[in-house]
Amino acid sequence: MLRKRFRLLRRLVGLYLPLAAFLFFALFPFYWMAISSFKANPELYNLRLNRLWIHQPTLEQFRELFAKTAILRWLWNSFFVSALTSVISMSFGIMAGYALARLRFPGAQAFGLATFITYLVPTTLIFIPLASVVQRLGLSNSIWSLVVTYPTFLIPFCTWMLIAYFKSIPKDMEECAMIDGCSRIGAMVRIVLPMAIPGVIFSAMFSFTLSWNEFVYALTFISDTTQKTMSVAVPTELIRGDAYFWGELMAASLLGSVPVAILYSFFMEYFVSGLTAGALKG
Amino acid sequence: MPPSTGPGASGGSSYAHRLVRPEALTGYFLISPAVFLMTVLLAYPFVLAVWISLTNRVLGEPGRFVGLENFLKLLQDPLFRQTVWNSFVYTISTVFLKMLLGIILALLLNQEMPCRNLVRGALLLPWIVPTSLSVLTWLWMFDSLFSVVNYLLLGVGIISRKIPWLGDPFWAMVSVVIVNTWRGLPFFAISFLAGLMTIPKELYEAAETDGARGMRQFWSITLPLLQPVIAVVVLFSTIWTFADFQIVYILTHGGPINATQIFATMAYDVALVAGRIGEGSAISLFLFPALLVVIVLMLRYLRRE
Repeated sequence: MLRKRFRLLRRLVGLYLPLAAFLFFALFPFYWMAISSFKANPELYNLRLNRLWIHQPTLEQFRELFAKTAILRWLWNSFFVSALTSVISMSFGIMAGYALARLRFPGAQAFGLATFITYLVPTTLIFIPLASVVQRLGLSNSIWSLVVTYPTFLIPFCTWMLIAYFKSIPKDMEECAMIDGCSRIGAMVRIVLPMAIPGVIFSAMFSFTLSWNEFVYALTFISDTTQKTMSVAVPTELIRGDAYFWGELMAASLLGSVPVAILYSFFMEYFVSGLTAGALKG
Repeated sequence: MPPSTGPGASGGSSYAHRLVRPEALTGYFLISPAVFLMTVLLAYPFVLAVWISLTNRVLGEPGRFVGLENFLKLLQDPLFRQTVWNSFVYTISTVFLKMLLGIILALLLNQEMPCRNLVRGALLLPWIVPTSLSVLTWLWMFDSLFSVVNYLLLGVGIISRKIPWLGDPFWAMVSVVIVNTWRGLPFFAISFLAGLMTIPKELYEAAETDGARGMRQFWSITLPLLQPVIAVVVLFSTIWTFADFQIVYILTHGGPINATQIFATMAYDVALVAGRIGEGSAISLFLFPALLVVIVLMLRYLRRE
């Protein structure tokens, strides 16, 4: 009896309490974001009430947001750019990843090294000259500037993730297919790709998230309200001068966060296993 | 057609011959889109960055070649020196915190518990959600009048006076460090967790029979075997933190009185707000040596593994 109690106490101190502290640290900001967006202004700025609870839940902040701002447009822009760039990067990443995992050709190693290095290059190192490149391409102030530039950091990521997945698939099957008259590309598309589906889903989802969250390029290349994506529109368009409308800001932040949170909850299994696999191979 | 792989197949052929082998052609075809995009939108801008940093270009005018003037001027500039100092403080303290807390969290997550996947998923959330939006929430949580962090700390009795989170140079740095740690911790913890899961259980059982327990096991088994993962994650995070932009840009915009100004935010302010593009490019390029060090260390490390 005493021993059982001692074990429970050990588990409490050694696992549950510290874990609860970490969970509180990780999740409290989201709780605060959510409750702030369902409060009306008088309650939001009332310091006498218990601030950790909603006394009169209301959708007022969301109504204001939809009535006064282009939030639907920003959400659509984010969705459009993220979906398109992940499809593009995924396709090019599959091609490059397969080439590096399976084919031998002069320069393959150099290319592998180059993708690895570009994966490390932070966007803040080249955003200034890239702005002038984007301008010369005639894409300033348009979401197409993002469609063109995001693959530069997504392709290296997808390529590296997929090399690991392709390498884990035995070579025999595609060699058999090729002896039976299938071309190299045919074998890649019909045999190898279906077997690498978990890796493909993980990389595509992660690319989508990276695009959805990207900030530096979107801030630098676009100043037109209707062309902005959520991550930039909310902090730049909803803060007018020195006035912070916290209710609206939190409601918009919630709307911008929920899509990736939903996407990720559907595919969490892939996600955690993909991340851990990536970390092992990295 | 038999696949012409293997070193024997191309043993006696010339370099040019190897280039036109069908396999090589397929390879070049497959990497060509990636190579094209990365050349036009990464390599070229990088060369352009070096060129612009050697000119006195301002917004709207091409400027002329001035050699290393921008760099020399920056090294004399007290504001830039402070930026360098801030960037180091920011990077070293957040990477250290993320590493320490990441190891603790990974050890916790590696134990048996109910709803394990749900807990892991919930802890990853700060890393998944758009940083600019979650940092806005922190900005609201650190608000000078309505700070809920102060409300909580005062309520529990940890502090007796409000902390001026973003209004004071010291606390502003503390704030950006807290937020960066909050955002980056999940990546560290999950990567370390993956590392922990590869350590064979037999090692611990053997240690147990030899009478080694608890901390002793951690120092002699867990930490040495986790070391490769720790090294890679720390290197990754160092370069990304060093070049970080959005947390500081949204939370403090470099203030108060430049107490949290770091490379990327200063480069943005100088190049795109003040319009001195040459000088701004030079500031960005100071990130390059850091990147180079990380790349060299990483390659050396991965090669040894």
